[in-house]
Amino acid sequence: MELFQYPYMQRALIGALVIGLAAPALGIYLVQRRLALIGDGVGHVALTGVGAGLLLNRSPVLVAVIVATLGAIAIELVRARGRTSGDLALALLFYGGIAGGVLLVGLSDATSTNLNAYLFGSLTTIQVSDLITIAVLGAAILFTMVALRPALFAVSHDEEYARVSGLPVRTLNLLIAVTTAVTVTIAMRAVGVLLISALMVVPVATAQQVTRGFRSTMTAAMALGFFAAGAGVWVAATADTPPGASVVLVAIASFLVVAVAGGVWRALRRRATPTAALAPEPHEVVLH
Amino acid sequence: MSAPVITVEHGAVGYDGRPVLRDVSLTVTAGEVVAVLGANGSGKSTLIRAVLGLVPLSAGSVTLFDRPLRRFRQWERIGYVPQRLGAGGGVPATVREVVASGRLARRGVLRPPGAADRAAVDAALRSVGLADRASDPVATLSGGQQQRTLIARALAGQPELLVLDEPTAGVDAASQEAFAGALRDFVTDGGTVLLVAHELGPLRPVISRAIVVHQGGICHDGTVPDPAGHHAEPDHDHVHPHGPDEPAGLWSN
Repeated sequence: MELFQYPYMQRALIGALVIGLAAPALGIYLVQRRLALIGDGVGHVALTGVGAGLLLNRSPVLVAVIVATLGAIAIELVRARGRTSGDLALALLFYGGIAGGVLLVGLSDATSTNLNAYLFGSLTTIQVSDLITIAVLGAAILFTMVALRPALFAVSHDEEYARVSGLPVRTLNLLIAVTTAVTVTIAMRAVGVLLISALMVVPVATAQQVTRGFRSTMTAAMALGFFAAGAGVWVAATADTPPGASVVLVAIASFLVVAVAGGVWRALRRRATPTAALAPEPHEVVLH
Repeated sequence: MSAPVITVEHGAVGYDGRPVLRDVSLTVTAGEVVAVLGANGSGKSTLIRAVLGLVPLSAGSVTLFDRPLRRFRQWERIGYVPQRLGAGGGVPATVREVVASGRLARRGVLRPPGAADRAAVDAALRSVGLADRASDPVATLSGGQQQRTLIARALAGQPELLVLDEPTAGVDAASQEAFAGALRDFVTDGGTVLLVAHELGPLRPVISRAIVVHQGGICHDGTVPDPAGHHAEPDHDHVHPHGPDEPAGLWSN
């Protein structure tokens, strides 16, 4: 525990907690649209931004936000067209993004340590200015995702119905795309571009095994993300493991625990009330 | 004569150059209950999707409540009931949460729900007989109950026009009756209905006019046609697969 007396550990903890809370608040909409891996794709694109930032001697995070936002908007426009070629377009964007990033970092004076910090996260090197960026953007993400929940839920749940309701569907979709880019770039410092999707998606996957509604899933996922971030940083500090990987592994461990516990609980309940399973639905159709 | 609610003039729709609707003209006036009938692939679903602007017209025009579709903004006047609830990514949602989406057209994106919204959601749930399932996840409901959830979502917005896409396809008898009752109440209160159906069943007494779509054109517009051949037998159970995406289990046994 005494490790948390050091300011760099405190900064790491606060940064991780903010991201742990914000990432699932966005991730739930991505999971519902079956875009669970989109964060990964945007992360790849963000890496090009990091490379450009290092090469041009500008703030890598700032350039990454801009590049990732453009990438996320491009992905959303491809998705909205709904063509099968969208799949290939996404592949081009993803691999172009990561190859561009590696190339640009190679051209700059940066070492592979710099690249690793963005690929796998580097919580303990977070500066006060980074922390302020994370806190401000994290609060903005949280506020938007929670305040606009009814509309974002409607768009993610049934896009055609949302359109007939007169909702600004395209604006809301772009909002989710841009928020994804911002979340990816602030989470980049914590868990790295290669592990970002885990923080957005795994807490949601854990929560939805035991919840009944959208709102309760969102709340539980945020709580789980917060817990995984806190526990992961603590594990990293005590066992001297990489913080990003520790946070993600704690999140996955929670998923496994809840999955097993939920399965056992359901099995026990089925055994306790055997009649519940014996009342079948009436046949909806009869074939002659 | 009542005011026209929906006007389609010489509407045509094509998917990838293949014509689905050709030169369709149609007027629905306030208070009418119009059923669009036709075989699978006749273009009947495309017709109502074009009316709502979900598929673009390649020719002709659609007018809703005296406004060209392109400039139509009063979406709270329309309640849309799609054929089925999308599966989504598996995030659970309660019946109440889905029905509450129906209030967004009226409330807008930024305003949080108020007492009037909650009351309208309660009333809509009661009208389809799902008040006791409000906090259950929709995924645990039967197909018919899910369909009733979608109807409640449309009714929650207190629309003047209901547009329904095959609301009774694959729906159990209890849900069909509940649905027919909800529709009757809606029409008694002055609502207008445009619905696509494969067969009318318990809805038949509510329908005031039928349109039959055949190969992309309207081939009948007037009274509800009598069933022909074995369809007319009193105990005829009009059943055949609706599409390849039905789960196989429905048809086994």
